[in-house]
Amino acid sequence: MFLINCPYCGERDQSEFSCGGEAHIVRPKQPTELSDDQWAEYLFMRKNIKGVQFERWNHAHGCRKWFNMVRDTSNDKIHAVYKMGEKPPVE
Amino acid sequence: MKNKYSIFSLIKNAFSQHENWKQAWGDPEPKREYEAIIIGGGGHGLATAYYLAKKHNMRNIAVLEKGWIGGGNTGRNTTIIRSNYLWDASAGLYDHALKIWENLSQELNYNIMFSQRGVMNLAHNLQDVRDLKRRTHANRLNGIDAVWLNTDQVKEFCPIINTSPDIRYPVLGGTLQRRAGTARHDAVAWGYARGADKMGVDIIQNCEVKGVKRNGDQVEGVETSKGFIKTKKIGVVAAGHSSVIANMAGLKLPLESKPLQALVSEPVKPIIDTVVMSNAVHAYVSQSDKGELVIGAGTDAYVSYTQRGSHDVVEGTLKAILELYPIFSRMKMLRQWGGIVDICPDASPIISKTNIKGLYFNCGWGTGGFKATPGSGDLFAHTIANDEPHKLNAAFNLNRFVSGDLVDEHGAAAVAH
Repeated sequence: MFLINCPYCGERDQSEFSCGGEAHIVRPKQPTELSDDQWAEYLFMRKNIKGVQFERWNHAHGCRKWFNMVRDTSNDKIHAVYKMGEKPPVE
Repeated sequence: MKNKYSIFSLIKNAFSQHENWKQAWGDPEPKREYEAIIIGGGGHGLATAYYLAKKHNMRNIAVLEKGWIGGGNTGRNTTIIRSNYLWDASAGLYDHALKIWENLSQELNYNIMFSQRGVMNLAHNLQDVRDLKRRTHANRLNGIDAVWLNTDQVKEFCPIINTSPDIRYPVLGGTLQRRAGTARHDAVAWGYARGADKMGVDIIQNCEVKGVKRNGDQVEGVETSKGFIKTKKIGVVAAGHSSVIANMAGLKLPLESKPLQALVSEPVKPIIDTVVMSNAVHAYVSQSDKGELVIGAGTDAYVSYTQRGSHDVVEGTLKAILELYPIFSRMKMLRQWGGIVDICPDASPIISKTNIKGLYFNCGWGTGGFKATPGSGDLFAHTIANDEPHKLNAAFNLNRFVSGDLVDEHGAAAVAH
């Protein structure tokens, strides 16, 4: 449980948000060209990092906008919040 | 068996004030090389080592545990054991485990306090009723005992449940598996550790794996906090930390690790003599032999390795508990904790080879691994020893995420994941 600084609404309780999982997984440009292995990689395989992870969040019970977040999953400390389409901050 | 536990050993040790009991398992330093290494000294890992030694005669093996044995999810779960799963593959897997549970205390010569007190799953809406009835039929076709109870029968079986029709989630009925129940979770780890140790397995605690060494497509050993250990076979049973080990070997798994919470109340006199689970409101409760109510809550909906969990999850669970059991409204909760569970997209486990030779994974048990401990160990040992899955775990391979042949228990199992 922690506070999240929504880039549109400011600091709110985490329970207002829902997590959309790992960020920057690019949707395949040519889905018809993909092999089964590539589909598995895109759909299911995750880094699931213990440490600093890039992820997508949605302010579900607020502005309902999506944004990205850099969070340390070993202690839930949030390092950065940035809008969709913005470049991820370099550590 | 040396140092067999019995009524006679109990009497004999009583004369020396129980001060001369021998240590149940050793504390060896790691050798330079093993035939196989199991990473993770929880119930599943220790069971794997036990069956490797017992059934496959692999005695030169080690279990590496970064903390103390049984200190992870084995010591953090709500100890529920059942096998009433919907799909054939799952039913086969979990009932295999249940059959081993039924004789495990005798086999290990260690009282794991297995208690077949029954597990009841409640239905709160029409869809629940249909799903649960379908599941009882599926269970019975697979030879698993299951019965449907109407509201009155639920009340009769567990009188403290509020079956009033005007509550937010009224009880419309439920299913009951009488062979299901609970066991003492620590004893399971200790019993398997003692059994494995007796057969020569090295159980090495406080030994964290820092790296997996590969030579091309073959594993060569593990880098640990106690130095490098050579081996040709590595079985990873690291639960929430499976992805961490996979990343060391340059492998990605379809897992997300999330905190799952549980809590216990102050101890009271016996009031609930079964296990009651509710899928829709996500609350389940049983009573330990000490008298504490053991309550399982849900997972946080984001990846975290913190072993804590959020308060709003506990709050939601307790709301549901209070509505179903108004009698508990003045109970005080004593302890709350979290364990990190590794969840698969289809909420079924992975007991599988990988495309790296000598590297095996037993993971993805998500929120319900404890019940499978003996079966999981048995089948994983078979997979490691023969480099090939047993027919009961063939469906639970890693390749199913490529082929699309998922074992989709998500939402079909008896409790929400």
